[in-house]
Amino acid sequence: MSAAASLVRHRKGVIPGFGITLGTTLLWLSLIVLIPLGALFFKTAELSFDQFVAVVTSRRALHAFALSFGLSLAAAFTNLVFGAVVVWALVRYRFPGRRVLDAIVDIPFALPTAVAGIALTTLYAPSGWIGGLLAPLGIRVAFTPLGIFVALVFIGLPFVVRTVQPVLEDLDAELEEAAASLGAGRWTTVRRVVLPSVVPALLTGFTLAFARAVGEYGSVIFIAGNLPNYSEIAPLLIVIRLQEFRYADATAIAVVMLVASLLFLFLINGLQRWSELHTGKIR
Amino acid sequence: MSALPAAEIVEHSALPPTLSERAASRAIQAQIRRKADARADPPWVKWLVISVAVAFLGLFIVLPLACVFTEAFAKGVAAYFAALTHPDTLSAVRLTLIVAAISVASNVVFGVIGAWAIGKFEFRGKNLLITLIELPFSVSPVIAGLVFVLLFGLQGYFGSWLVAHNIKVIFALPGIALATIFVTFPFVVRELIPLMQQQGTEEEQAALSLGASGLKTFFRVTLPNVKWALLYGVLLCNARAMGEFGAVSVVSGHVRGETNTMPLQVEALYDSYQFAAAFAVASLLALLALVTLVMKIVLEDRLMEE
Repeated sequence: MSAAASLVRHRKGVIPGFGITLGTTLLWLSLIVLIPLGALFFKTAELSFDQFVAVVTSRRALHAFALSFGLSLAAAFTNLVFGAVVVWALVRYRFPGRRVLDAIVDIPFALPTAVAGIALTTLYAPSGWIGGLLAPLGIRVAFTPLGIFVALVFIGLPFVVRTVQPVLEDLDAELEEAAASLGAGRWTTVRRVVLPSVVPALLTGFTLAFARAVGEYGSVIFIAGNLPNYSEIAPLLIVIRLQEFRYADATAIAVVMLVASLLFLFLINGLQRWSELHTGKIR
Repeated sequence: MSALPAAEIVEHSALPPTLSERAASRAIQAQIRRKADARADPPWVKWLVISVAVAFLGLFIVLPLACVFTEAFAKGVAAYFAALTHPDTLSAVRLTLIVAAISVASNVVFGVIGAWAIGKFEFRGKNLLITLIELPFSVSPVIAGLVFVLLFGLQGYFGSWLVAHNIKVIFALPGIALATIFVTFPFVVRELIPLMQQQGTEEEQAALSLGASGLKTFFRVTLPNVKWALLYGVLLCNARAMGEFGAVSVVSGHVRGETNTMPLQVEALYDSYQFAAAFAVASLLALLALVTLVMKIVLEDRLMEE
């Protein structure tokens, strides 16, 4: 306790419980999160470097990675564009049903992924409400990579909206008023004054949506059709290898994905810090 | 509550906003309403933007939700209730409730403990600790399940020991609970940290100097101050725990009537072409999501008032 307490730079006076609560937190974090994730790397170490490379560069694994990362990128970009439109409507305009629209944005956070998965599959299957309209045009969505894209757009949307919304709300009206009074047109003001201020938040939201999409499983596997080398995502390949008891293969693929997630996490934190500096400067 | 700019409250996280952030953002909206005139867009732009937003959300969010309920009743009300009262469904509901209860309880206990250490004290490595606590948000649910199979599965590191002692973790309740605790790990603590940070330690010090014990101070002073944020974290944690699919799917074993949670039961029914039954169970989960959202808004309003 005393060693722990000496680490504390007290604000004013002392309240008790620092040592015991920090110790418990570290222990629980280690037991639930850190040690299990460590086991992943430990298990992968059973493979030689050549074996590891062979597993993660096999045709099927490479295709799954390309599909997961590529479609996640496309979905996150779609969310970026339409998320920005949704945020603008929610923050800048008053219209009937605005609060309902605002609440709807959170549904992908709250709706279990399996429910979203079967609903989207039913909608976009050739016999479904939307699939039926697209089928005569020769567009197939369900059981193709396009279906995966639709599911990833669904789950990623709230990330962009909820990240950008507070920043746009926080934006000082005087900036735009000043630009307008100096003779800038509305479009110029938005492009040259508003957009630069929300770019960091847009990028953060984009990265969050992307990171979530890369690891997504539940909403995708129903609509994907799951054909190897065509519509099989990386998380599914992990599950398949596990069911075949090829544990080392499963963990090797998982390690690649986990390392990618950690890189995104650092990227997100970096973006966030940049975003704070950025908005700080403007104010 | 005064109108704190959202950026001042949150410095630690880029993840979806916590309750206090949402409340702050509401307060700012009120200010914006007063200043809106100076930056009005042309009416055609306004209605175009609103139309695109409504169309996009309608297509990608409202339609799937509506589909769940129409498909659930596709074979009539009788079939709907027959599906819901099937023994396998009831068993799935029971398992889901047990798992959610375990994960919410552990989240509350360790969330409060963690938030006390992080929110009330300054120490080196704090930001790293917060990043590690939020790590499960960035890990694929499938990996969250996989790590527990590696530890406790038959061929796992503790596998033979568990077999020797006749303890089942994987393909049983403990594994499902562990995977769920992993994926819900950050939910409660990240709601409490910003609030505890903001409230500081002065009220606690006052109580202590008047002779209250540490625990009494916590239960009488700290806990009442954070109760709505705690409830908010519980709400989100519960929704995720009941709806988790990927992580639970890896560790469950998919035995109907035994180790299937509700989302797994949805999958099992769907994969055996019992679509209406699958959507009937799914409709319960969708209803849970809607109730969660309504309660979330109520809680946000409550925090605004304070």
